[in-house]
Amino acid sequence: MNPLPLVAIAGNPNAGKSALFNALTGARQKVGNYPGVTVERKSGRLTLLDGRPVEVVDLPGSYSLDPVSPDEAVTRDVLLGRQAGERQPDALLIVLDASNLDNHLRFALQLIDLGLPTIVALNMVDLARRDGLELDQAALARELGVPVIETVAVRRRGIAELQSALDDMLSAPRCGVHVAVKNDLLHLQRRAREIASAAVVSETPVRRWTHRLDAILLHPVAGPIILAAIMFLMFQAVFSWSAAPVAWIGDGVAWLSTTVGSALPPGLLRSMVVDGAIAGVGAVITFLPQILILFFFILLLEGTGYMVRAAFLMDKLMHGAGLSGRAFIPLLSSFACAVPGIMATRTIEDPKDRLTTILVAPLMTCSARLPVYTLIIAAFIPNHRLMFGVGLQGLVMFGLYVAGIFGALAAALVLRRGVLKGASGGFMMELPKYQLPAVKDVALGLLSRAQIFLKRAGTIILGTTIVLWAFASLPQAGPGQKQTEVSIAGHIGDAIQTVVKPIGFNHDIAMALLPTMAAREVAVSSIATIYSIDSPDDAKGADTLKNKLRHGWPLPTALAFLAWFVFAPQCISTIAVTRRETNGWKWPLFMVGYLFALAYIAAGATYWTAVALGL
Amino acid sequence: MNAPFHPGTIPLDQLELGGRARVLSIDWDALDQGEACRLRNFGFDEGVAIEPRHLGPFGRDPIAVRVGRMTVAIRRRHARAIRVIPVGPPNSLT
Repeated sequence: MNPLPLVAIAGNPNAGKSALFNALTGARQKVGNYPGVTVERKSGRLTLLDGRPVEVVDLPGSYSLDPVSPDEAVTRDVLLGRQAGERQPDALLIVLDASNLDNHLRFALQLIDLGLPTIVALNMVDLARRDGLELDQAALARELGVPVIETVAVRRRGIAELQSALDDMLSAPRCGVHVAVKNDLLHLQRRAREIASAAVVSETPVRRWTHRLDAILLHPVAGPIILAAIMFLMFQAVFSWSAAPVAWIGDGVAWLSTTVGSALPPGLLRSMVVDGAIAGVGAVITFLPQILILFFFILLLEGTGYMVRAAFLMDKLMHGAGLSGRAFIPLLSSFACAVPGIMATRTIEDPKDRLTTILVAPLMTCSARLPVYTLIIAAFIPNHRLMFGVGLQGLVMFGLYVAGIFGALAAALVLRRGVLKGASGGFMMELPKYQLPAVKDVALGLLSRAQIFLKRAGTIILGTTIVLWAFASLPQAGPGQKQTEVSIAGHIGDAIQTVVKPIGFNHDIAMALLPTMAAREVAVSSIATIYSIDSPDDAKGADTLKNKLRHGWPLPTALAFLAWFVFAPQCISTIAVTRRETNGWKWPLFMVGYLFALAYIAAGATYWTAVALGL
Repeated sequence: MNAPFHPGTIPLDQLELGGRARVLSIDWDALDQGEACRLRNFGFDEGVAIEPRHLGPFGRDPIAVRVGRMTVAIRRRHARAIRVIPVGPPNSLT
């Protein structure tokens, strides 16, 4: 069978490519990687009017076919048919920002010159009109020599027209393709300006929304205050909005545990399913609401265009720490997960800037730490209301985030003075127009994050939980013995405990630390499993786990455990992506070493301070 | 390093906010290759209309500059390599 016809979407960053891709393909998307490089391949399916399926691939945004980053190199190689793991596209869909023609047309001209069957989507025409710009679509099509369709991808306008144009194009007989890249940028730029001015019918300057907003959001005084307020709101929301859904999921897990527990005969199988799989995985998926709230904010900040403003506001401070404002976006993404954060460092051109950002990214409080923080905070920090509806628990959570941020800045500063000495590079970024992201685009983003999280819960976390259960349950304790003392995990825990005892960690924590190397949230499922096995007749669920900790752990130990998680690099995926992005084991090993050292020092300092204060 | 001196011209970093100007020359040698390439990609070029719009809150760095129809943030150090001819007072409308 022949492969489906392939349509590639290409265009400048901020032209609205992803929104158009979402509008064309809906939820039928697949995210993968190009072989050998860490560039994401996003593809989806589109059904033409006559029912024929077509594969659509969303190429990384580029400014030209003269790549300055690995992402841009993939775009060029796919279009030239030289990218491993990708067939040459049968047609090309170029996305242009209607209000930015003189810049975007340069790349479009270079693309049209490749000779592939091409359609131009003149996107964001609504914003251009709002800015007082009237464009002549027919004149543009004449000058470019290809069909031009007006679209507003975030509002799903012009999509049917685009589909029918694609239909016509893919039905027409294929002519030969010549793939030669025109690299005379200066000439292309001049031609782009000529065409842009030919296509502009009228231009009335109006007060633009973006400028009004920027006057406030980039204000030297108000700007940073608003940024801090948004960050604070985000972390408060993660904690307070999630309370109800977290409780529902917790109840559901408890119900499942009781139901399955009574359906199975007592014995090892029941213990494995109830104490291992359900207790472990259940403890982790309880945190899905918080992770989704966090990603919701990040998607919203990215979609509206505010994220780049935040980078602008923070550049000087980041520069002071030896980073660039560009590092702000990878570091902010690392609040969700360090893996996409580290992958996002590819937009940083300077190699030392980039390496520094990679090495400190794991210090940002990723969502996998949330389950751990939430559990310990809920168990040990009283739920006092302070002023203005701000809770003490939320404040402690905020403090942990701040500790991570300052840890990262301090680490960057030291790295830049030491192993990564040298002048830091530049900061150049486009500030795109503000826009309201479509609900559907945000929803699709959240859906894919939820899928990734649940897949992890069903694979890595389920797997490690069952292995831990086996280690913790075997060999079985005789009468009068404690299960956690005779089991394999108990003996491993003994060995680890000799190392972590000076920083106040007890035997439960020592046992949980090894499986937690797989992913941080495993700490919660591990502790849940350990307690479950030790007292199999108690009720299950997050609430009782909280109570058990409250009675079982001294406060200094709990605080030391929190401090440990601010720094400890307990995530196989982060270590793996660092190895891939730095092409070797040197930097990931360095990262793991320095982070464990920091974690040990921080936990020890916290423990002994708390003990000295008599907590 | 600053761009060569011409009477009536100033480096971009000295242009006041909202002041409109035209790019006379860019000292490409003061920038490394990647920086030069990015500046070109953003449409910085001789003859282009330019207007500084916002300054970073700390140390008045970076500078957000309007180039053509785009707004681009660059560091003060890069702005110094761009020599401009002021063409108008701050525009009250935009």
